[in-house]
Amino acid sequence: MNTSAAFRAPVGGRDRVAEPAHPPGVPALRRGPAVRVRGLVKRYGMRTVVDGVDLDVRRGECFALLGPNGAGKTTTVEIMAGLRRRDAGEVTVLGEDPAVASRRWRDRIGVVGQRTSAGDALTVAETIAHYAHYHALVRDGAELVDAVGLTGTAHTRVDRLSGGQRRRLEVALGVQGQPELLFLDEPTTGLDPAARRQFWTLVEELRNAGTTVLLTTHYLDEAAHLADRVGVIVNGRLVEVAPPDRLGARLRREATVRWTEDGMQREVVTPTPAALLRRLLAAATETEVPGLTVTRPGLEEVYLRLIATTPTPGPVRSGIGRGDSR
Amino acid sequence: MTAAATDEPVGRRPAPPSAARIGRARVGLELRLFRRDPGQVAFSFAYPVVMLVIFGSIFGEEEVAPGVGSHQYFLAGIAATGVMLTSFQSVGTAIAEERERGDLLRLQTLGTPALAYAIGKAGQVVVATAAQLTLLLGVAALAYDVPLPEDAGRWATFAWVVLLGMLAGTVLGIAVSSFVGSARAAGAGIPGFAVVLQFFSGVFIVFSELPGWMQQVAAVFPLKWMTQGMRSVFLPDDAAAIEPTGTWDHGSTALVLAAWLVAGVLVCVRTFHWRGDDR
Repeated sequence: MNTSAAFRAPVGGRDRVAEPAHPPGVPALRRGPAVRVRGLVKRYGMRTVVDGVDLDVRRGECFALLGPNGAGKTTTVEIMAGLRRRDAGEVTVLGEDPAVASRRWRDRIGVVGQRTSAGDALTVAETIAHYAHYHALVRDGAELVDAVGLTGTAHTRVDRLSGGQRRRLEVALGVQGQPELLFLDEPTTGLDPAARRQFWTLVEELRNAGTTVLLTTHYLDEAAHLADRVGVIVNGRLVEVAPPDRLGARLRREATVRWTEDGMQREVVTPTPAALLRRLLAAATETEVPGLTVTRPGLEEVYLRLIATTPTPGPVRSGIGRGDSR
Repeated sequence: MTAAATDEPVGRRPAPPSAARIGRARVGLELRLFRRDPGQVAFSFAYPVVMLVIFGSIFGEEEVAPGVGSHQYFLAGIAATGVMLTSFQSVGTAIAEERERGDLLRLQTLGTPALAYAIGKAGQVVVATAAQLTLLLGVAALAYDVPLPEDAGRWATFAWVVLLGMLAGTVLGIAVSSFVGSARAAGAGIPGFAVVLQFFSGVFIVFSELPGWMQQVAAVFPLKWMTQGMRSVFLPDDAAAIEPTGTWDHGSTALVLAAWLVAGVLVCVRTFHWRGDDR
């Protein structure tokens, strides 16, 4: 089975985020982060699509790059997976520079891209049997077909599969070689809700077996559900990295207090709502404060505000990889 | 950086399979995909036979030169053309399609050695070409009474001309796929180029009757030499008199085909890419 499975026991729950990047007893030298990116820049002609990204992905974690379409997610992943060249910056993935990485290195990573195809004229079983020839370690074909939920379609030709079934086949091929690190580029785009749920279960299983997963998505709920940490990327810049429930901590600290005064709707956004409330209540000792509400932004709102407030003056340093997650 | 250099997979992972092993698997895959593409199969096998039938109907029992029947003469050109079609044309157009569909992107993500991919293409070309030539020669011999060579020397010539021709065609097909862009462009451009080359190379028209400048242009490309080599196989010895130099000139044939093969390999090594867009 997966080589790193024996290494780290599966841990449940979100608090595994707090785990140290280096499991005890293992020399830090040999257990650097799965992915380390510093100052990554990629330009297409005059357009800068990745603009100074710093990123660390710890071994065994599921990391989501979350951002709107065109934010630079795919390009970043393609560079990390050694499929594209970069213009500047340092990238180390499983200890090697992807730009010059060996085949041995490549066999340790799995990639599920958006535009990869496995040909049309073979059946699912034939496709999986064929690509087994490319890897040093191979998962059993029938087991793989079951794991991605293609059991009934093993003998169906790939060109007769639905879009969702094709994505599952892509995932099967991505994990066939028992990768230590799996890149999933918008894996559930175009899947119906049931298929998405199934896919999430599959990713959770892989992750629990010790596979490091780096996925890109533009679905907030997907990132929140799957990821230990989420990096929000906008216009090629990483604007925030945090566990999903701590995403946008600064924005979340701000509460909106609303009430009605003299028939007018009042609204104040403040990091210290209690102080405001105290004043409001003191001013209305005998009566109710009509229409009084205190709200904090939900995850969705935080995300929308994060991607709306694109920083213009220089990249925001995420601070990850230096031990703090703010 | 120093930490990076010492990173090792946890629990030693064996080395990935060699290019030769993946290449062998790819030959099987390519042949299976070829068999499942009725258009490709029909085109590869029927086209040369149809050409033979057309030429037979037009020229009938006419002689191209004393003792050289038109069937015999054109069979040589059609056989050479067949080799070019199953190698250069089919490989060039197929790669453009595979690149566009994302098949090559998958191979790139798997770290497939380009050599393994080339082996797969070459293997498929060898099998398809052998089947096509067998069919063509069978029809020529049985339906048109074209005499097939009886001595081993001529078959040996046949073998090396076909082998060099299809290997050169395969690498040139891979090479050209780096420059044609979209699958649509490849599907129009490569066969178009092939047809023009056939006119220049004496496939449709007796080579010695072509204008001198056309002969000279054709002499740059492999097809002319393959047709000439094939004529040396299927035509009587004294028919060499109608060749430009009055001989079969096997030396030049081998040299030109080998030069294209080597040049094709060099171009492939320098320009082959898995994906169509910017790196």
